[in-house]
Amino acid sequence: MTSKDNIKSKKSEALDVFRRGLIRENPVFRLVLGMCSSLAVSSTLIGSLSMGIAVLIVLVMSNIIISLLRNVISDSIRIPAYITVIAGFVSVVEMLLQAFSTEIYDLLGIYLPLIVVNCIILGRAEGFANKNPVGMAALDGLGMGFGYIIAMVSIAFIRELLGFGSLFGIPIIPEEYHILLFSMPAGGFIVVGIMMAVSNKIAEKLGKPKAGLKEDACGGCPVAAHCQALRSNDLLAEGSEEAN
Amino acid sequence: MKEILSILFIAILVENYVFIKFLGICPFLGVSQKVDTAVGMSAAVIFVMVLATIVTWPINHFILEKLRMQYLQTLVFILIIAALVQIVETFMKKHMVSLYQALGIYLPLITTNCIVLGVVVLNVQRNYGFFTSIINSLGGGIGFLLAMFMFSGLRSKIDEADIPEFFEGLPITLLAAGLTALSFQGFVGVAENLFK
Repeated sequence: MTSKDNIKSKKSEALDVFRRGLIRENPVFRLVLGMCSSLAVSSTLIGSLSMGIAVLIVLVMSNIIISLLRNVISDSIRIPAYITVIAGFVSVVEMLLQAFSTEIYDLLGIYLPLIVVNCIILGRAEGFANKNPVGMAALDGLGMGFGYIIAMVSIAFIRELLGFGSLFGIPIIPEEYHILLFSMPAGGFIVVGIMMAVSNKIAEKLGKPKAGLKEDACGGCPVAAHCQALRSNDLLAEGSEEAN
Repeated sequence: MKEILSILFIAILVENYVFIKFLGICPFLGVSQKVDTAVGMSAAVIFVMVLATIVTWPINHFILEKLRMQYLQTLVFILIIAALVQIVETFMKKHMVSLYQALGIYLPLITTNCIVLGVVVLNVQRNYGFFTSIINSLGGGIGFLLAMFMFSGLRSKIDEADIPEFFEGLPITLLAAGLTALSFQGFVGVAENLFK
């Protein structure tokens, strides 16, 4: 695929690239990417919204840079190169948060540096940004980032409302009706599980396939397929060497 | 000794990396269907986690902190882990063939696994010493093994259960993980009373 073909692509295609990530290929519920952070920081709306924005920024910026460098980075070292770019932007976001909002920095804690290994970002770099021009890559990043925010906020809406009885910290339900379970880690699993089941049901009605992981080790992470392919190539090569 | 036991106990059960800290969810959901793969993957994770801690702790302590470059931690750690996994794989392939055959397949997949970076960052954030960091990483890895092993058995049972079709696969696994997480919450009190 040359970049010239892509430049010809029409406005509607660009719009489609953006909209795809929102619902149809929602990174959390449909592609099952970035589960760790979506389970961990989704107990409050503030936490999940700031996590979502942090991921959005890193995703868009790294998509842009990787797309710009797609002809420069050699194929065999591309994964480390992508990780370096992503880690750079994560450090920038980390430092910005540390400088301007220590509260949010503390709230996200260990999950902020872990954006580096968030499958969504590496997955989009490997699956989209390294084959497409800058504009498209940025749109894809925006779409996927907003899809992630939508997923995060909808999980957090349920968890904060039922667990803490509040929305964005504003109390709504009196304390005696709080269901502590939803604010605990267990609640994260249960809410995400039920939401995924609901999205499966809707997808089934629309005739779309179920959300699911591939049968390999990294789950939904698209890089896994690449790892797996590398491995099987290696094994084949070894086999033929032994045969010789 | 008591401190070591306490850290180990907390890392394995109270703060189980899968059920309470949500690290390594992808391999947990993806791999934990066969007991063999689950155990092999966990063994590779434990190995890399401990090794990553042994390498990153001195680098962080003697280079980054001395030069006041803590802001580079994330970048440096992930690159060290990526390079380390690569070196280990190459070394194993040449010199430890039997170990490579057992763990080798899982090694490339570990680089982008959040449990390894997670434990390294956690050790730094909590200001653990060298030895304590290793114990914490070991405990985290064993906790991961525990979760993987439990669910590889559980999932084969779930596959036979009669549940609504749209709950099959991931949703029911997440629900089961939720219930297990709830039971792990009970260890909080145990740790408090056992080690005080």
